[in-house]
Amino acid sequence: MKTLLVAEYRDGKLLGSANELINFAAKLGGDAVMFLVGNETDLPNFDGKLYLADITQAGEFNPGGHKQLLLEVIEKEQPQLVVLPHSSYGWDLAPRLAVALQAAQISEVVEIKEGQLVVPACNAKLRRTVKATTATTVATLQSGAFTPSNDPSGNPEVIKLESGSSGDIQFHGYEAAGAAAVDLSKAEVIVSAGRGIGKPENLPIIENLAKALKGEYGASRPVVDAEWAEPSRQVGTTGQTVAPKLYVACGISGAIQHLAGMKKSEFVIAINTDKDAPIGEVADVLAVADLKQLLPILTEKLNS
Amino acid sequence: MKLLVCIKQVPDMESRFKVNTSGDWYDETDLAWRMNEYDEFAVEQAVQLKEQIGEAELTVLCIGPERVKETMKKALAMGADRGAHIADDNSHQQDPFAIASLIASFAKDKGFDLIFTGLQSQDRGSAQVGVMVAELLGIPSLTTLVEFDYTDGTVNGKRELEGGSKAKVSCTTPALVSCQLGLNTPRYPTLPNIMKAKKKELLSIPAAELNPPTAQQQTINIAPPEKKGGGLVLEGDPAELADQLIQLLKEKTTVLN
Ligand SMILES: Cc1cc2nc3c(=O)[nH]c(=O)nc-3n(C[C@H](O)[C@H](O)[C@H](O)COP(=O)(O)OP(=O)(O)OC[C@H]3O[C@@H](n4cnc5c(N)ncnc54)[C@H](O)[C@@H]3O)c2cc1C
Repeated sequence: MKTLLVAEYRDGKLLGSANELINFAAKLGGDAVMFLVGNETDLPNFDGKLYLADITQAGEFNPGGHKQLLLEVIEKEQPQLVVLPHSSYGWDLAPRLAVALQAAQISEVVEIKEGQLVVPACNAKLRRTVKATTATTVATLQSGAFTPSNDPSGNPEVIKLESGSSGDIQFHGYEAAGAAAVDLSKAEVIVSAGRGIGKPENLPIIENLAKALKGEYGASRPVVDAEWAEPSRQVGTTGQTVAPKLYVACGISGAIQHLAGMKKSEFVIAINTDKDAPIGEVADVLAVADLKQLLPILTEKLNS
Repeated sequence: MKLLVCIKQVPDMESRFKVNTSGDWYDETDLAWRMNEYDEFAVEQAVQLKEQIGEAELTVLCIGPERVKETMKKALAMGADRGAHIADDNSHQQDPFAIASLIASFAKDKGFDLIFTGLQSQDRGSAQVGVMVAELLGIPSLTTLVEFDYTDGTVNGKRELEGGSKAKVSCTTPALVSCQLGLNTPRYPTLPNIMKAKKKELLSIPAAELNPPTAQQQTINIAPPEKKGGGLVLEGDPAELADQLIQLLKEKTTVLN
């Protein structure tokens, strides 16, 4: 078994997902080689062959060009498995490769079970073990699912690639995330509102509990997308990452992108009408209740 | 201008999921069905573009059994002009490549200038189909868009990245875009538009006519995850729950000190 790992650069730097790829390959066993569009100043701690394309020539976001470069490496190395992070880079590039290679793609792998890849379904309420029937398989890894306990050490043997083609997409640079009006990372208590609040008129129920606990209120993404709360209140992969002493998730199902932003909280209380909601997996306490009934009573008791 | 939007019907994610008898997907009995959340943004963006262009025709495509027509009617009520239903009672067993192949095979000779899809489905969540359709048709695709603009044959968009920053990207049509949550505010169909939608064309095409490829992958097992977090589950009267929660806050945290 040979695996090709595709590491990711952002804004001129190597992303930490490279370590997850290396750890995944170690768990899987067999040989691994790596591919990166980057530069020699910031390389993964990988003991093995690293195919490196220069980022100033190949472009940081140029999926068509990266695909061509990868196909060259795949031709040479003949891996059975090509692995990318399940990130905005990986889920964009992986299907392009899969089609070109006539390879099955297995998305968002969370576990290797008896040599097979396991992926989530239905907001993590189910897990599916998948088997590819093609000669090559492309897989993407869920962020955080293969984080090593210790960062790997190692020095790659760099093999330089000639810069690729330009592809059919133009990249015009980045736009930074808006400066956070509220810095949730400093709050000791965060009470967050999810779509389960039902309507914007219910947001005060959340704010009041946050006040009673001397904390801030946060929100899940749909609440921000619906403009019921400002963007700087959003917790998750595309919002803020928080680790308060207490996190109270109200009407939040517990999608992986939300959990990524709050799972380091010291104590988590979830209030949800759905006993099976995936938030229960990270919550220390799941109160199965309608937040509209429970929160006002809880707030009143705390205030008295 | 010819526009296509591809949608999927998915169960409500708050459902209690059980495994089906063949052990490869969820059991469909007692589920409430709706439009995949990501696709609502795709439909809205396509309708907005149609309104911007004026002279445009928008087709909504959905693969699945008869029941998916209900969800297609919502897209028609939101403003799509016609529906193409690719009838397949076993679409849940098709892998993303097979689904993409059916769509590409339908779209191939129709000259669509822009194809809209959601970033991913809420049930399978592979985030593959849109990009694969574009690759099969040989057109560019921009994924994970949270901003979209079309002017004179060029799509300008912003892709959302981890941490909330964005990448500014563009390509020329024909092209495909995959829509991320928050791209726009999907409209609610009005009653008159729901009535009008009933009269719009909704054709069914058997999937077999579009030559689906053989599967590239199989589900060998599906099950709820093993419960790892041994968290406490509290149920009962709200007032009692509130007391229990306060007690726990006193015992397990310092926030009430
Ligand atoms: C690339 C990407 C990035 C993302 N980034 C983020 C991010 O940064 N942050 C984020 O939050 N999401 C993010 N998401 C979205 C994420 O996948 C989920 O869609 C989102 O977190 C769901 O929010 P929610 O839990 O509030 O809503 P839902 O999933 O709709 O859950 C609502 C919950 O409320 C419960 N409920 C309903 N009524 C009540 C009631 N009366 N009382 C109590 N409970 C009730 C329901 O049982 C359900 O569990 C991202 C998605 C993608 C693809």
